[in-house]
Amino acid sequence: MKFEKLESKIVVLPVDNIDTDQIIPARYLKAISKDGLGEGLFVDWRKNADGTLKSDFPLNKPENKGAQILVTGDNFGCGSSREHAPWALVQYGFRAVISTSFADIFKGNAVKNGLLPVVVPADVHKQLIASPGMKVTIDLAAQKLTLADGRSVEFPIDSFAKRCMLDGVDELGYMLQQEPAIAAFEAQHPSRINTLS
Amino acid sequence: MNNPMKNPRTIVEKIWDSHVVSQEPGAPALLFVDLHLTHEVTSPQAFQMLRERKLKVRRPDLTIATMDHSTPTTSRDLPVLDPIGAAQLDQMEKNCADFGLRLYNRMSDHQGIVHIIGPEQGLTQPGMTIVCGDSHTATHGAFGALAFGIGTSQVGHVLATQCLLQTPSQSYAIRVNGALKPGVSAKDIILAVIAKIGIGGGTGCVFEYLGSTIRGLSIEERMTICNMSIEGGARAGLVAPDDTTYQYLNGREFAPKGEAWDEAVKQWKQLPSDEGAAYARELTIDAGELEPMVTFGTNPGMGIPISGAVPDPASVSDPIEKSDLVKALKYMDLEPGKPLQGHRIDVVFVGSCTNSRISDLRAAASVIKGRKVNPHVRMLVVPGSQQVKHQAEAEGLDKIFRDAGADFREAGCSMCLAMNGDQLEPGEYSVSTSNRNFEGRQGKGGRTFLASPLTAAASAITGFVTDVRKLV
Repeated sequence: MKFEKLESKIVVLPVDNIDTDQIIPARYLKAISKDGLGEGLFVDWRKNADGTLKSDFPLNKPENKGAQILVTGDNFGCGSSREHAPWALVQYGFRAVISTSFADIFKGNAVKNGLLPVVVPADVHKQLIASPGMKVTIDLAAQKLTLADGRSVEFPIDSFAKRCMLDGVDELGYMLQQEPAIAAFEAQHPSRINTLS
Repeated sequence: MNNPMKNPRTIVEKIWDSHVVSQEPGAPALLFVDLHLTHEVTSPQAFQMLRERKLKVRRPDLTIATMDHSTPTTSRDLPVLDPIGAAQLDQMEKNCADFGLRLYNRMSDHQGIVHIIGPEQGLTQPGMTIVCGDSHTATHGAFGALAFGIGTSQVGHVLATQCLLQTPSQSYAIRVNGALKPGVSAKDIILAVIAKIGIGGGTGCVFEYLGSTIRGLSIEERMTICNMSIEGGARAGLVAPDDTTYQYLNGREFAPKGEAWDEAVKQWKQLPSDEGAAYARELTIDAGELEPMVTFGTNPGMGIPISGAVPDPASVSDPIEKSDLVKALKYMDLEPGKPLQGHRIDVVFVGSCTNSRISDLRAAASVIKGRKVNPHVRMLVVPGSQQVKHQAEAEGLDKIFRDAGADFREAGCSMCLAMNGDQLEPGEYSVSTSNRNFEGRQGKGGRTFLASPLTAAASAITGFVTDVRKLV
């Protein structure tokens, strides 16, 4: 999946430390495929006990329908390593998350699924948090986020992750190409265990 | 090339350097994995990918599989009641059979929480790189291994290539010095660390735990501390190996034997960080000042000493921080400024990869012995593995728990994440020895106070959040 230039309105969830248990609760982790996880996205924040939608939750507001960019508080995606979190976000329709920081494992999982983590400085973040529904543009090639008022800011991204997302490089394919190096390493790195013995 | 006199390295750098397979410009390093642990929840989609791409498992001899998350902890004679959970366990059997992996299934005598069985089988060894599709893989760092959690895509990468694409993390020295007071344990140390730095405080880092207190801890206590490194934002946390480590490992099933053991120990002794090695960040904790810790909120950084009070949002200036605290207190239904001690509870859970080893069960049993669990409390004791369970039974701990009115279960993750039917009801309060107090973590609407096995056991007796030092 290639990441082209993205233009979308933002939906704002102004909460710090949103953990992956909130993004998708553990009861959705019994699946043996990736299907249907979008249903579980933020489900305990999004829905009442009887399954109806909570009208005051940002994702449920009619004006936020179709938003592909989520703006959240600091340290998004902390906690469990479950890749079900980015799977659920992508299946729901998100292609980028903007925050002041991301948890390490979540960030790695996100880029492997075409979900772009965009880290912005505190002042830009403050402006975004205060502007739900604002239309912004994300240009990954230029590593640039442009706000509706024309203000633009550069964001960091690991160069390899960028290449993978822009060109649709298959990470595993890249690793498999290095088979000779792996075989050479194994030859001089005897293992101390054999789980099959 | 690396003259240690000129170029002092941390243990993390030493392990990293000895596992880099290749490093192309503009790409992360290809890092070799010595041990891959896997369980039923984060692996099915990885095996599916292998099938779709017609790939084999490169090194089945370096992977071990078990069942823990979706696994019932009720009697093994009963069927798995949840059809979706049962299907996941069946799929794990099929995946391991199809790809030739050793699986400790639900009926195995070696089954247990993935982070309990690795160490107890002697699979977890110093200097190794260890990964698992589980954020608490940091547990294995207690042996001086570089161990961290990965996503399911990476589980597929490891199965297919025995490698991962990785960029190095910064080293963060956490020094704990001094003697712990009675009633204060390893769990209280790590809860205090996280309360101090916050749950994002270690992002981008690997913790190295140093200092006299850490040196004096048993390997099981070190595992409790390393386990919760992720709750401080660090993907990994470790303790350099020493005689405590070697004594624990010697003679275990997969540990080296005879001459191979001597050779291994010789190499392991090279692992500790060199004098003068540089750390990007440092924190020092005085163990003597610590009290038993308990969390009040909805992330593990929201912790206070047991004699403390629930913080007041009015004293917080940052607007998001303030609203997060308000949100947490609303979810927990707690009043600012009030002590947690004496708060009524409904459930006590002793278990999880943080605190379900034999020493944890012994600690809880030492408080429970000769007493009764308060009638309004449901207490669940869930050993981390079948081996822990057998040991507890051999010592009569099961009888102590059962006589007191607690439920003593089969091994698994259980109520730590409530995937297997063991869960809180909406609104219920638990004191739990697990690692996460996130909203709904122990069951939708459930409320969690994280604490040590001693605090959990004392609270089970009184039915209220209790300072174990006042009970004993």
